[in-house]
Amino acid sequence: MNTNMVVSPTVTIKENTRKDHTLVKSILFLLPAWILLLVFFVGPILLTFYFAFTNLALTGTEAKNVQFIGFQNFLSMFEDPDFRISVVKTIVFLLFSAVIGQQILGFILAVLMKEKNKTFRRIIGIIVLAGWVTPEIVVAFCWVAFLSDNGTLNLLLQHIGLKPVTWLYTFPMVSVVVANIWHGTAFSMLVFQAALDDVPKSVEEAAMMDGASRFQVMFRIVLPMVKGSIVTNMVLVTLQTLGVFTLIFSMTGGGPGTSTQTLPIFMYNQAFVNYQLGYGTAISLILLVIGIGASLIYIRSMKVNL
Amino acid sequence: MKKYKRIAAVSLIAGSVLLSAACSNQSASTNGSDKEVIKITYRSGGGSNKGFTDWLNKEIIPQFEKDNPKVDVQLSPLNVSEGDYFAKIALMLKSKNTAPDIVTEDTFMVNSDASAGYLTPLDDKVKDWSDWSNYTENVKKGVMAQDGKIYGVPYNTDSRGLWYNKDLFTKAGLPVPWEPKSWDEILQAARIIKEKLPDVTPFWMNSGKATGEGTSMQTFEMLLYGTKTPLYDTDSKKWIVKSQGLTDTFKFIDTIYKEKLGPNLSQVLNGQAGAVAYQQLMPKGKLAIGLDGIWQTGNWGESGSAPWPEAFKTLGFAPMPTQNGEAPGTITMSGGWALSIPNNSHHKDKAWEFIKFASSKEHTLSLLTKERNLTTRDDVAQEKSYQEIPMFKEATEFLKFAQFRPAVDKYPTVSTQIQSLVEDVVTEKITPEQAAKEYQKNVTKIVGQDNVIEK
Repeated sequence: MNTNMVVSPTVTIKENTRKDHTLVKSILFLLPAWILLLVFFVGPILLTFYFAFTNLALTGTEAKNVQFIGFQNFLSMFEDPDFRISVVKTIVFLLFSAVIGQQILGFILAVLMKEKNKTFRRIIGIIVLAGWVTPEIVVAFCWVAFLSDNGTLNLLLQHIGLKPVTWLYTFPMVSVVVANIWHGTAFSMLVFQAALDDVPKSVEEAAMMDGASRFQVMFRIVLPMVKGSIVTNMVLVTLQTLGVFTLIFSMTGGGPGTSTQTLPIFMYNQAFVNYQLGYGTAISLILLVIGIGASLIYIRSMKVNL
Repeated sequence: MKKYKRIAAVSLIAGSVLLSAACSNQSASTNGSDKEVIKITYRSGGGSNKGFTDWLNKEIIPQFEKDNPKVDVQLSPLNVSEGDYFAKIALMLKSKNTAPDIVTEDTFMVNSDASAGYLTPLDDKVKDWSDWSNYTENVKKGVMAQDGKIYGVPYNTDSRGLWYNKDLFTKAGLPVPWEPKSWDEILQAARIIKEKLPDVTPFWMNSGKATGEGTSMQTFEMLLYGTKTPLYDTDSKKWIVKSQGLTDTFKFIDTIYKEKLGPNLSQVLNGQAGAVAYQQLMPKGKLAIGLDGIWQTGNWGESGSAPWPEAFKTLGFAPMPTQNGEAPGTITMSGGWALSIPNNSHHKDKAWEFIKFASSKEHTLSLLTKERNLTTRDDVAQEKSYQEIPMFKEATEFLKFAQFRPAVDKYPTVSTQIQSLVEDVVTEKITPEQAAKEYQKNVTKIVGQDNVIEK
């Protein structure tokens, strides 16, 4: 399609009409996709904005008489200590599981696998990818089976004479962070593998010739060259992790107490446990704002254009 | 050639639009034949309602379908935790495409779901139903919404108390039969058991969000209604948001876990808690005292999830004392379940026929024998076979001092606040005093400044 847009000096009338036809045709072909997007994507987003300013409830009189209540949902949110806790938990979860855990581990894996034997790469790649292709609910189940009171880890501990630990209750945040790293690392690894493969070998060799150490090559040459990929990956991983619900919900249910209650869990609890749909919707908007904010910070601080 | 392309494009669009429309437009109730399909929704998660399912499948549905050959009654149980059940049905009842024809409602939700417009008022129908006069008067109040209309036919009610293991009590040197006169005596007994029988869990009560209404009613309200101040002041129609009773209730819960008289948090804070306590620990003699409802006996019967014939010799069912033994000395909370017809049902008349059929004296009796809940009908209560069900004598006696949950449409939301505060206290996130303060703040936010009082 793009080639048609290029204005050539020998445009004839005949070609013009053909261009119109292509335009009409392409609109026709895109229409189903647009309609679907409009109905199932843009529509709900607009509705979300509307409901965030109402007292919509799942049951009770407010379910029948929905009223516009202005910024009330947001005001009570900022007064709610549980909301503040959830924001902190979300940031902790994001920082340790995505930004630090998945990224660094993914990068190390990618570096270690660079220019290694093809079979080796393939085998390791498949093992790491297994975590990524496993559906979230299955990941959660595996980790619950591993960490629960009578789980594999405790059996092993007992075998070597140690006391069992109630992992999911004593270290709930650590448990979900580890599970999420296990699940998501492969994605970062793939992105970094592609980026590292694009770094020309000659640049590294030249630096080595000039007497740079391996660390200097890594930090002064390679990292700056893959900066763009790092930011892209950071944005993608952040957005994925902000939305993680299934994993945490099925491993700890956001508990015990509020110790793993990240914003998506808090939102679910308000909307479907406390029946406050309007309030839940308002929380989802805040989640959106945090996602946009974090992405902007990355892009600004690394001074790259995506 | 061009023509074909255009036709292809148009049909592609038309096809995809039709396809997307078809996704949401599944007809709810045709199954090929010309039978009228009646769907019944209830909760089956965590091994619950086994007796109810059996009763429907083996007795009620075959008989009803024989009498009404044009009707096909189908079960569509929700396999979810108690906490999730009400949100699920609220979502189902919202749409004509998903609403069942009969839904089981906990009586505390009837008011709220009726106010939301989800349920059909049954006043016209019960008016012409001769059996309705046999229902106990105060049970009928449970299915009446704020607008004064009836929204369901109650099929069971219940009472709560302290299950205790007589063998363990004897071993620990405690008196049998046990009749604690105050909260302190309960704690005292639990402490002695902890000391004498270290591998036994002394005391179990629902304590988390996952056990939903069970945490509010079987734990928090069983305690709170034994103090001088209940949840709701019926005279002034206001919520009591600050009282010594509230703080003391949170303190009692805190004491159980602080002194390690309760179960492991990992056992009690999940949706399977009830099954762990009454299907595993209690029958194995690993649990001494449990604060819960009469329906737990359903687990131990022949058709229960954990048959335990000696249960009725080994276990005692003691009434819950008031805080310091204040008059009347004991209390129980009483609730129950009802059969309701959703507003979005397509077969309201047939659904009503079915409810009438299932609620007859003889069928009610057979249900209660199976699921071990108390009756809502005066005539069933007179039956000898009903009175002879083990533990029913005790459980029915508790009802003398029964208390009911506030029949106000905000109750479900207040109840979820209670659940999360109780979980916060047992996980030591906040102190009992902080919990009482949080309660005041959150409940005021829910019901409004004008609807609260302090005592």
